[in-house]
Amino acid sequence: MGSLRSSAPDHDLEHLAAESLADYLTNALERRPRAQAKHARPGEAAATPRLPLAHKETEMTILEEQEAQRKPLVEMSWDPITRIVGSLGIYTKIDFENRQVVECHSTSSIFRGYSIFMKGKDPRDAHFISSRICGICGDNHATCSVYAQNMAYGIRPPAIAEWIVNLGEAAEYMFDHNIFQDNLVGVDFCERMVRETNPGVWEKAKRTRAEHAAEHGYRTIAEIMSALNPFEGEFYREALQVSRYTREMFCLMEGRHVHPSTLYPGGVGTVPTMQLFTDYLVRLARYAEFMKKVVPLHDDLFDFFYQALPGYERVGWRRTLLGCWGSFNDPQVCDYRYQTMSEWGRRMFVTPGVIVDGRLVTTDLVDINLKIRILLGSSYYEDWEREERFVDKDPLGNPVDHRHPWNQTTIPRPQKRDMGAGGRYTWVMSPRWLHDGNHLALDTGGGAIARLATTALAGLVDIGYVRATGEGVKIHLPKTATKPEVELEWKVPEWSNAIERDRARTYFQAYACACAYYFLEQAMSELHAGRTQTSTPFQVPEQAIGCGFHEAVRGVLSHPLVIRDHKIANYHPYPPTPWNASPRDLYGTPGPYEDAVQDTPIFEENGPDDFKGIDIMRAVRSFDPCLPCGVHVYLGPGRTLQLTHSPMFGAPR
Amino acid sequence: MADVAVSFTQRAPAVPEVHVLWITAGLGCDGDSISVTAASQPSIEDVLMGAIPGIPRVHLHNPVLAYEVGDEFMRHWYAAERGELDPFVLVVEGSIPNEDVKAEGYWAGLGTDPDTGQPIPVTQWIDRLAPAAVAVVAAGTCATYGGIHAMEGNPTGAMGLADYLGWRWRSRAGIPIVNVPGCPVQPDNFMETLLYLLYQLAGMAPMIPLDGALRPTWLFGQTVHEGCDRGGYYEQGEFAAEYGSPKCLVKLGCWGPVVNCNVAKRGWTAGIGGCPNVGGICIGCTMPGFPDKFMPFMDEPPGSRVSSGVSGVYGGVIRTLRRLTHDTADKEPSWRRRSTELHTGYHPRY
Repeated sequence: MGSLRSSAPDHDLEHLAAESLADYLTNALERRPRAQAKHARPGEAAATPRLPLAHKETEMTILEEQEAQRKPLVEMSWDPITRIVGSLGIYTKIDFENRQVVECHSTSSIFRGYSIFMKGKDPRDAHFISSRICGICGDNHATCSVYAQNMAYGIRPPAIAEWIVNLGEAAEYMFDHNIFQDNLVGVDFCERMVRETNPGVWEKAKRTRAEHAAEHGYRTIAEIMSALNPFEGEFYREALQVSRYTREMFCLMEGRHVHPSTLYPGGVGTVPTMQLFTDYLVRLARYAEFMKKVVPLHDDLFDFFYQALPGYERVGWRRTLLGCWGSFNDPQVCDYRYQTMSEWGRRMFVTPGVIVDGRLVTTDLVDINLKIRILLGSSYYEDWEREERFVDKDPLGNPVDHRHPWNQTTIPRPQKRDMGAGGRYTWVMSPRWLHDGNHLALDTGGGAIARLATTALAGLVDIGYVRATGEGVKIHLPKTATKPEVELEWKVPEWSNAIERDRARTYFQAYACACAYYFLEQAMSELHAGRTQTSTPFQVPEQAIGCGFHEAVRGVLSHPLVIRDHKIANYHPYPPTPWNASPRDLYGTPGPYEDAVQDTPIFEENGPDDFKGIDIMRAVRSFDPCLPCGVHVYLGPGRTLQLTHSPMFGAPR
Repeated sequence: MADVAVSFTQRAPAVPEVHVLWITAGLGCDGDSISVTAASQPSIEDVLMGAIPGIPRVHLHNPVLAYEVGDEFMRHWYAAERGELDPFVLVVEGSIPNEDVKAEGYWAGLGTDPDTGQPIPVTQWIDRLAPAAVAVVAAGTCATYGGIHAMEGNPTGAMGLADYLGWRWRSRAGIPIVNVPGCPVQPDNFMETLLYLLYQLAGMAPMIPLDGALRPTWLFGQTVHEGCDRGGYYEQGEFAAEYGSPKCLVKLGCWGPVVNCNVAKRGWTAGIGGCPNVGGICIGCTMPGFPDKFMPFMDEPPGSRVSSGVSGVYGGVIRTLRRLTHDTADKEPSWRRRSTELHTGYHPRY
């Protein structure tokens, strides 16, 4: 785990040198706009805020302070962001003198219209269609849609079908986190990139021994970085190959990737045989062997960044507000009924929950469901307060708010993009979670960190292969051909920042791998007991509501479904990226990408003329942005959309 | 990577280098780009690292994998427009939106116009780049025929690339639009097609053979049914009544008999997976009629009631006859037993 060494920093952030890290973080929190509630950090009394020495004792935002002192800011943008999925542009204002990002807006430029063209269609088509929302995690959508349909139709799948789905979804996590971490994010840490952005760090990397060289085979940090070079790096190429056999594992269970063919409401079409599970198992064992190398490799790489660049904890840091909607249902308990959702939600093998400032405040899916609010403020839509309410009360009789996705009507209002104060600038809405009267901008941290944190703190999961301890998670990978059984332990980190999001991703790959061993055992015992039926007959009711809760690879995923006249009347999926990429809401609360990138310090050694923004890129990619999921709502016919961009630095001629 | 200056086994390709400019910014999900990373026959790295002898050196510009970001990444697009990236193959992924159904604004944009500060619509990039490209490839059903985003009731007027450029469109090298459908495209189908075009550009293969819907004939010339390993059940009149049965799925929604696709034959990745061969009904995702003409997906296709009815009758008879033959084949010949005498038909002379 990350620990700060006391070696001299390469970069002297003089104006912050007088503060300890703890002071900095407290003060950064206090410098937020008024709208955010101020909570004490865990273990601290709610003390009077202390401001750093260099600033006056006011409540001004950094931007206001800068403008007051008339520091020149450089506008820099990266559009498109590459090595993610989908269309994302990041627009910033940077204070090069103080080496800090002062302002950040995120936008997306593609609109498709799922919530519109799905209306009036047969609900049984919902999972086939909604899978196409995303080209890397579509199966997560299909699975979540099937969960929502199960609830709406009043059915549950046979146990063996549930295990098959769990095995498929585990394979998806193993595949997707691997390719994103090592072929997309990894390039931000490769030799070529580090040489171009921080030559001093590269020199250091050549001299730094990798602590776990015996486990992964790379003697120095520089060797790890070289192995991450795109195509030429050996580990980069190995990761591509791993991404293929993990997709074979996925295809065994769900047919094809990314849009599955074998998922149906009430079960699967996959035929369970010894061959099916054996084929999966031999590949799983290869992956377990691989992860025994990859976890220490990434720990060495990420810990090195903390050592080589003291203060790197601040890159991509934001207040810990994490959401996880749970994954991997237990067929012994899960009947997909709303009335029992609180119970079976807690029995998921990834525990759902919301964490506020380090404290787990709920693990109840009904509670989670009822407090979701979709806000506007900086998005190109009209409000729907006067539109139809589809759902007044949930099946337990609780009132459902008009801002809940069940009751949402999407009314786009295209207009000029305005990134000034109070302006509208994006098609992404602002999902929030209501807690103690505050609309919290939860993030998923790219998925893994939230899943591991809620599971760890809830302390409920214990299947031998993985066990939640209350402050962490223990993961056991069994003996493989050339390596013994290994116990890995992930502990809830102190910071919700870029490095810890990335580290958690690797640990979750191991978590999913360990869970899959358990799922295989359960599936095979069903097979040997002769319980091989994989589907449940059903009828589509005339009227129904359903909600599916699942974890897309990148985080929270909910599919709220309303059926009328046997057809889809309303369908507004909320994947992780609308949460993460959301803009400032009407209360002024910025979205997670925005406030994580804002105040990020610049460690890159290049000046404005050849600036790559690598620290910003690492911050953004740590969230694993996936924009087809971020903007799947639509732009109406005959409407106009005019966007203006602030002048770009280095625009092509 | 050193250029191969001298080769004893290959003659130099007709063009030494080619760029692949990949637009993912149609209305899409990036699923085809992700799918291509699953290919192994050939893999992306096989092509990019020169593992295939004789073809030009390839430079790939795809946002999902690219090293560069933002303006640095977009400069290749501007260079291609100016003719500095010659020759290049333009690959398009995602449905082509209809930007003409409104007065202003955009459904899909890529990069920003330096003069106006406005996003550049993807259709404009297609207008600028298609005339300069040596070949244009549509990757995935959204780009080939419109796909999911072009379904009834859609707000963007989405369509396929051939609908946008014209079905008779030819590149400046005389190559038609090459459609590689699939939702997403099957990994090896795409890489094999790209490889064919590279052979063609190298002067090692003739014009790529395409059918009337602009699909490579060797990949899309058969139906799912013709390649499905459950076809035998169909012929014997044995149809699944529930999902999870290993039998033919036509009564549960499978459109295999009328869909051009080789996935049931070659599997999804490295021979693993697929659709009806592994229990997933075929929803026709490679076809121009997808998805509307196949919805609701889980209903029995109308035609299959007739064909499965006929097959049921024929199959019932055949199964009975086969059972008789099978029972015979399932018993060993009578002479294989312990005895002091030989009953095999051999007359010993000892």
